[in-house]
Amino acid sequence: MFSFDYRQPADMDSLPLLDAAELRRRVIRAVDGGWRMLAFFGLPETARPGAPAGLCCVLAHDATRTLAALRTPPLEQFPSLTPDCPQAHYFEREMYEQWGLEPVGHPWLKPVRRAPDAEGDGESAAYPFYRADGDEVHEVAVGPVHAGIIEPGHFRFQCYGENVLHLEIALGYQHRGLEAMLAAASAYGPAQTTARRLLLLECAAGDSSVAHATAHCVLWERLTGQDVPERAWLLRRVGLELERLANHCGDLGAIAGDTGFLPTSSWNGRIRGDFLNMTASVCGNRFGRGLLRYGGTAHDLCPEECEDLTTRLRAAGRDARGAVDIMLDAASVRDRLNGTGALNRADARALGLVGVAARACGLPLDARFHAPVSDLPGTEPCLEQSGDVLARALVRSREMDDSLALVEADLSRLAARTGARTAATPPAPPSRLPARKLAVAQVEGWRGEICHLAVTDAEGELLACKIVDPSFHNWPGLALAMRNGQISDFPLCNKSFNLSYCGHDL
Amino acid sequence: MNQGTVFYLIQLFLALILAPLLPGIINRVKARFAGRQGKPLLQTYYDLARLLRKGEVIGRTATWTFSAGPGVALAATLCALALLPLGGAPSPLGFGGDFLLAAYLLGMGRFALILAALDTGSSFEGMGASREAAFSALAEPVLFLVFLMLTSLSLDLVRHTGQSAELVAALSLSAMFGGQATEAWLAGRAELLLAPAVFFVLLLVENCRIPVDDPNTHLELTMIHEVMVLDHSGPNLAMIVYGAALKLWFFAALTAGLLTPPLPLWQQAGLCLLIILALAAAVGVVESVMARLRLTRIPHLLGGAAALASLALILTQVR
Repeated sequence: MFSFDYRQPADMDSLPLLDAAELRRRVIRAVDGGWRMLAFFGLPETARPGAPAGLCCVLAHDATRTLAALRTPPLEQFPSLTPDCPQAHYFEREMYEQWGLEPVGHPWLKPVRRAPDAEGDGESAAYPFYRADGDEVHEVAVGPVHAGIIEPGHFRFQCYGENVLHLEIALGYQHRGLEAMLAAASAYGPAQTTARRLLLLECAAGDSSVAHATAHCVLWERLTGQDVPERAWLLRRVGLELERLANHCGDLGAIAGDTGFLPTSSWNGRIRGDFLNMTASVCGNRFGRGLLRYGGTAHDLCPEECEDLTTRLRAAGRDARGAVDIMLDAASVRDRLNGTGALNRADARALGLVGVAARACGLPLDARFHAPVSDLPGTEPCLEQSGDVLARALVRSREMDDSLALVEADLSRLAARTGARTAATPPAPPSRLPARKLAVAQVEGWRGEICHLAVTDAEGELLACKIVDPSFHNWPGLALAMRNGQISDFPLCNKSFNLSYCGHDL
Repeated sequence: MNQGTVFYLIQLFLALILAPLLPGIINRVKARFAGRQGKPLLQTYYDLARLLRKGEVIGRTATWTFSAGPGVALAATLCALALLPLGGAPSPLGFGGDFLLAAYLLGMGRFALILAALDTGSSFEGMGASREAAFSALAEPVLFLVFLMLTSLSLDLVRHTGQSAELVAALSLSAMFGGQATEAWLAGRAELLLAPAVFFVLLLVENCRIPVDDPNTHLELTMIHEVMVLDHSGPNLAMIVYGAALKLWFFAALTAGLLTPPLPLWQQAGLCLLIILALAAAVGVVESVMARLRLTRIPHLLGGAAALASLALILTQVR
């Protein structure tokens, strides 16, 4: 298998062309041997629209920090990997929808992003929802319009009384063609292209703006071999960890709210705002938009600002710790969370879960640890074993402590090195990319590992640009966690995963 | 009209006027615990005034059952309330065995709302109706266990005084909740204090408060009572909101009736009112310091209440 270091772009020409059966055999053997599927997508021959596409699969081996890539010549059909490798399930459905490559033998082949028609007729009639039959089985349909201010998604439960036999999740209501827009950005001329792409990616999933922007910048820097000064890495990490703090804090409050535990629910709503305001002090936007630039950052902090941020960070961290401890120490909350929506480790691994959901099942997956983007000292993954809502809450709670320590350390390093404001002037983006390269960027967003991937053609044009949000891996995990659970536990379970709709729909 | 009836009517009028204050107190207490300002104390009154002025939207599948539900439920709750002794004054409508009528009037109100929910044909409302029916079926035996204990106590007290002509009247709510029970526990029968505790649990269950149901949630899949009334709007929703407030007052008045000793009328009435308002605050505290139980745990809570009620019953019999 062709493997390479995760920081280096791979040479497309050195990638052997395999036939589909051989690719299937090798991928399944690798996944059995501890590799993990990062992306599996259609790779067109040329950038021309409608060009015939082949398969391309990128795998990661976290322990050795190695990546591997496999590809096939253009084809129309291939034997489905899903029956032997459930991680491929969504990727193959996406491939069928996006590139028309048919995985033969796929157990549940329907589009992942095309929203079902309102009445269930028209084109989506060909793709019915999974149904359990029986006199006492009833179906509950929730969404796409929900009772709260959240994104649209459709959930179809097959229930036997209060017990859920099966949950099918239909998304795609937010699909806006992000990958096509990224490719089309080159029409705006070399000066505009990078800036436009960055803007687009900052709203790939609005709650992970910094993480997606970091992934994109890292991808481009790896592709072009651009070095980034340490000061920029510190600033980027401050942005990333503040994003993690704000979202973990908000999620823990939302979990408390769903259990009906009011104090933490109210307090965390306020404290989340404090963390967002710190991000705004760094870059002028509460969600961290505009912080990153190719080769560096667009903003810098002077020592006084660092000191001010540290004071605010300590205060907010203290408040958050107190609010979360009250919740996690309450017997009624622990009883409610314990054992709810439990996933076991083997299922989590087979489905290829990432991020908080995977760590709650005991899988040591944290891209900050197994694929660090910089040489800065990092953290160890926070693991829990029980895989239930409580485990996901505990992982978040412990990661907040880690993030607080990281941001504080980074701010003190930033304050200590005044004068070296190298980050303020990022280099101009390159007008041409190197030809026939494949580069991968893995960045641990607060929800999980975000993977961006780019392949260039012989002219240095973008051939394929793939965005894999952690939600794409984890939505099937939510459906599995609900199986044989109580339908009344769904909102709580959903909050504990807190997956992105638009990050999935792209 | 004698003086007692006039006094009772004043008390009933007070209950009808003040009932929507109870949800306001609960919300205020919860807001304070969460460090918020909270909505105005009189918000339920404003809501009722707003809803009464609004039009109504009725689903295409709904029939008259849907529209009749809230009216029947409110009427049933009003009738049940009129059987209760209020502020120490016995109800003029009371008779021996009226507790059965009161319990089943509430049952009828619930039945009307369940029918209305099923009539909408929505899967959410069907689930809510099934949960409401299941949990109220579990709450009913608990209620009757306490009633059983209170009737036996009331009969004991009457026999003790030797007025055998009043044996039948001893089986009325007015005799059970008129203050005699309080006198008995103040005289040292501590097991009687279990009864108000069980009534407080029943208050939480029957009024869909935390830890049983979360009246604030917007998540259809977890709701019990709220999901049943999702389709109602306008004046019918106002009837449901007002009916819920009255039901809260009903259970609070039951609990208060066991905690106020017989005093001169105005003092007893004042004390009763204070206890009812304090109970609303207690509900707010409970909602602030604990999370909701998962649905499968609610029978355990009711089982615990049933155990307490049985214990009280056995202890009263042992004496």
